[in-house]
Amino acid sequence: MTPTYYLLLSALLFSIGAVGVLVRRNAIVVFMCIELMLNAVNLSLVTFARINGQLDGQVMAFFVMVVAAAEVVVGLAIIMSIFRTRRTASIDDSNLLKY
Amino acid sequence: MTLDLLAQAAPDPGAVSTGEAVVFWILGPISLLGALGMVFARNAVHSALALVGTMFSLAIFYIVQQAPFLGFVQIIVYTGAIMMLFLFVLMLVGRDSSDSVVEVLRGQRLAALVFGLGLAVLLVAAVGRSLTSVTPKGLPADGPGYSGNVTGLGAKIFTDYLFAFELTSALLITAALGAMVLAYAQGKSHAKRGQRATVEARLRGEHDRISPLPGPGVYATGNSVAVPAVLPDGSIAPESISAIIDATPVREIEDEPGPDARALTGGRHDDTAEESR
Repeated sequence: MTPTYYLLLSALLFSIGAVGVLVRRNAIVVFMCIELMLNAVNLSLVTFARINGQLDGQVMAFFVMVVAAAEVVVGLAIIMSIFRTRRTASIDDSNLLKY
Repeated sequence: MTLDLLAQAAPDPGAVSTGEAVVFWILGPISLLGALGMVFARNAVHSALALVGTMFSLAIFYIVQQAPFLGFVQIIVYTGAIMMLFLFVLMLVGRDSSDSVVEVLRGQRLAALVFGLGLAVLLVAAVGRSLTSVTPKGLPADGPGYSGNVTGLGAKIFTDYLFAFELTSALLITAALGAMVLAYAQGKSHAKRGQRATVEARLRGEHDRISPLPGPGVYATGNSVAVPAVLPDGSIAPESISAIIDATPVREIEDEPGPDARALTGGRHDDTAEESR
């Protein structure tokens, strides 16, 4: 077994996350699928850091985590404000930017 | 410590030890199952919990792969903070709004599945083909791979990636402000109405009647809430009694004899009576 298996796993997780973004209609679940894709990329970054023998990949994964945390906070706030005005969390119902 | 064992078990830092292979083959399917469960669970809370499982196994992968700091950050930040934030918002917003089964675009799900399969095949084939001949170097176990991981990361972040780190701080502040602005929108529906606004709304006819409801009648013989008030013309004011009281069936108490006073003394009286007999 080589670390390449981690990359294969991360590719599968990324594909599953992409399918989830396309298939699911609940905005929060779509958001969780995006989180899964970010995590898959993090796994591949950590694996690349190991293969390469350098810490840069881990630093990149660290930054991805920070950006993901900020993105989650803002995204969930947007979902909540849309829910306040439209009383729905489904992405099919939010087809207008206003009202 | 587990980390010690892991570090000792792999003298060649690039090679995959047996223990790591066992960890991978146990947690890899679990993480895949968690991801699939997240996508295909109807209930949003179930998908959130499945995602927690996936993230947890990913954290263990990080720890195993000579990134212990990232592993613990993954557990604390992702499974601890972010997923709990997700669950909070789910409980507030989308718990009962289960996913609609209706396809808005016809054939979209099938197309998405085909796309996902194609993407997976492409990525796996590319990774598998391009990385077969790569020999992993690995991080040295006495250096950045294990004991010097945090110091190594810190040195990188504060020297090579300093500008990105500063940008990150700006991003975090902006995100916190944005979340406050977006989520703390005290809308018009929540604003408290003042006295004048209430009076004007009453006179405009937004309420059923202008004045408050009349209270119940107060008489010499009774002042209970079940006694209606009397209007100036002698008729009964129907609004002075609550609708619940009006609807409650009234049982007339018959003029029956009350309980026998001697029964209250219990058996003691009877005993003495029997003894005397």
